[in-house]
Amino acid sequence: MKLTNPLTAIFHPPPTPGVLAVFGHLDATVDAIGKLRQGGHADFTVYSPIPRHEIEDALDQPVSPVRMFTLTGGIAGCAIGAWLTLYMSYDWPLVLGGKPVGSIPPYVVIMFEMTILFGALATILGILFNALFAARRLGTVAYDARFTNDKFGIFVPCEPARAGPVEGLLRGAGAEEVRRA
Amino acid sequence: MAETRVTYDFVTRTIARTLGNPGKGYFALLASAVALLGVGIVCLLLLLRYGLGLAGYSHPVYWAVYITCFVFWVGIAHSGTLISAILFLFRSGWRTAVYRTAEAMTVFAVMTAGLFPLIHIGRQWYFYWLIPYPNERGLWPNFKSPLIWDEFAIGTYFTVSTVFLIMGLIPDIAAVRDVATGWRKKLYAITSLGWRGTNEQWRHFTRGYLYLAALATPLVLSVHSVVSWDFAMAIVPGWHATLFAPYFVAGAIYSGVGMVITLLVPIRKLFHLEDLITVHHFENLAKLCLLTGMIVSYSYCVENFTAWFGGHHAERAAFWYRAFGPFWWASWTMNICNGILPWLLWFKKVRTNILGLFVISIFVNIGMWFERYVIIVVSLAGEPFERFANATYNPTWADWGIMAGSFGWFFMWFLLFVKNFPAVSISEVKEVLPAPSRGKAVHA
Repeated sequence: MKLTNPLTAIFHPPPTPGVLAVFGHLDATVDAIGKLRQGGHADFTVYSPIPRHEIEDALDQPVSPVRMFTLTGGIAGCAIGAWLTLYMSYDWPLVLGGKPVGSIPPYVVIMFEMTILFGALATILGILFNALFAARRLGTVAYDARFTNDKFGIFVPCEPARAGPVEGLLRGAGAEEVRRA
Repeated sequence: MAETRVTYDFVTRTIARTLGNPGKGYFALLASAVALLGVGIVCLLLLLRYGLGLAGYSHPVYWAVYITCFVFWVGIAHSGTLISAILFLFRSGWRTAVYRTAEAMTVFAVMTAGLFPLIHIGRQWYFYWLIPYPNERGLWPNFKSPLIWDEFAIGTYFTVSTVFLIMGLIPDIAAVRDVATGWRKKLYAITSLGWRGTNEQWRHFTRGYLYLAALATPLVLSVHSVVSWDFAMAIVPGWHATLFAPYFVAGAIYSGVGMVITLLVPIRKLFHLEDLITVHHFENLAKLCLLTGMIVSYSYCVENFTAWFGGHHAERAAFWYRAFGPFWWASWTMNICNGILPWLLWFKKVRTNILGLFVISIFVNIGMWFERYVIIVVSLAGEPFERFANATYNPTWADWGIMAGSFGWFFMWFLLFVKNFPAVSISEVKEVLPAPSRGKAVHA
């Protein structure tokens, strides 16, 4: 009996079967996205070396949830800044010149800096969480090293038996290279 | 970059090449930086052993070269975030070729600046007393003190500019990962965090990057304002001015852009980046320098005018002392380098002459260092509350040695960075190129 390491399933999941197309041109990639969506495909992956609005528009995805991370982080930071300054002032009250122990104007500086700090850190967590850890099929989808250089790519997950028409569609849209993965 | 030979592939190859063997010139620069750092470390060790008496402090000048260097390096940091965040929000395409260098400079300059308050406090091993943490003394920091605001501002600035730099690097590290070989491929495979440029990754990345830029923009303006309040909140004549926040921010960007030019000229030559960083980029940097230089010149006029027009004898005396007292040479170095020199940049001939800009940028930074020296040391030395004190102050070898060490520390980190990570943003330079297309080229 062959024993398998249970961690392998998490760190090295089996590759998703499908078709990978390499495009040399942006407009061909956008055409292919349009045709795939018309053909009822939804969960394909598009690779590009740079972010392009044409691709975003063709995919018509919802706005990234990263903004909620930023907002939550910012509000939390401001609250922490207010709590830190006020709590610490009243914990060791020193009255100077009859002025209030907790004086808001100087504390605004701390609150402001904490808003920025926590907002920025939450944004980073938002990007990492959404783009790297929560991404569907991460690491199981075929990839080509040219996609970070000068080629665009589309991976369409599908069973080998149904790959024929997808290959035809991608070639028809102007793919330079189409292969099964 | 309008030439057709600059394609996506050309950009990747050119920048990946900077990670190869950079030649003797690079190692000579790196060796000089490390040697300077060595000088600084020896001076610092002596200072630790024998105490702050080795620095030239003399009553009433207890803030001197170390605080001058602190403000100088924080100022240097500012243009990096200006170029990477503020110009990003303004959608200026030219920033793409220079912003990575500027941003790395920001991070290393803040790392350098942060050392000085620690050196200045004398008992460096108690630095953590600045941090609000529950302790057996039951004490908390005084949040009404500008020095604590400064700690929060600089801490936030360092953290945010570091994560901003790293975030922007991820797609570029992935691009060099895919063309690298050997151990570098492994290093970049880990540091690119699995980036592949999928539509999902770009969707979250571009949004998040926009918010980071939007958060960094008010931050950069706030940080030097807070640094200026370290002075403006005190009643020393020459410090106590509402003008200080915008005046310091403009000065910071002026010196920072100067430092970007100082760094880019040799980097461009050493790594053969002439096709990506062109005269056009230098001209735009020079224009930024001109704009902020004009604000600084104006601030000098306003400062002196207010001292006279305000009619307060102490304020008038402070400014008279500044211009014609024993430190006249420092004041006039500052006035000439920051008040008169930037006027040369009105001429296109000067702005497009790279060697000329390099020389001007060095004088900009000499001028800006002396500006901080004049504001800090000369204002304290001339303060009218202490007329009985014999205010002769001269920096000692411990001051100069540690200052030289700070330059070594900064240049060492910077040189190591440009050699090991993409010093020009690969994906953002590609963004301003026409996208490869079957029909007519599509511009961004």
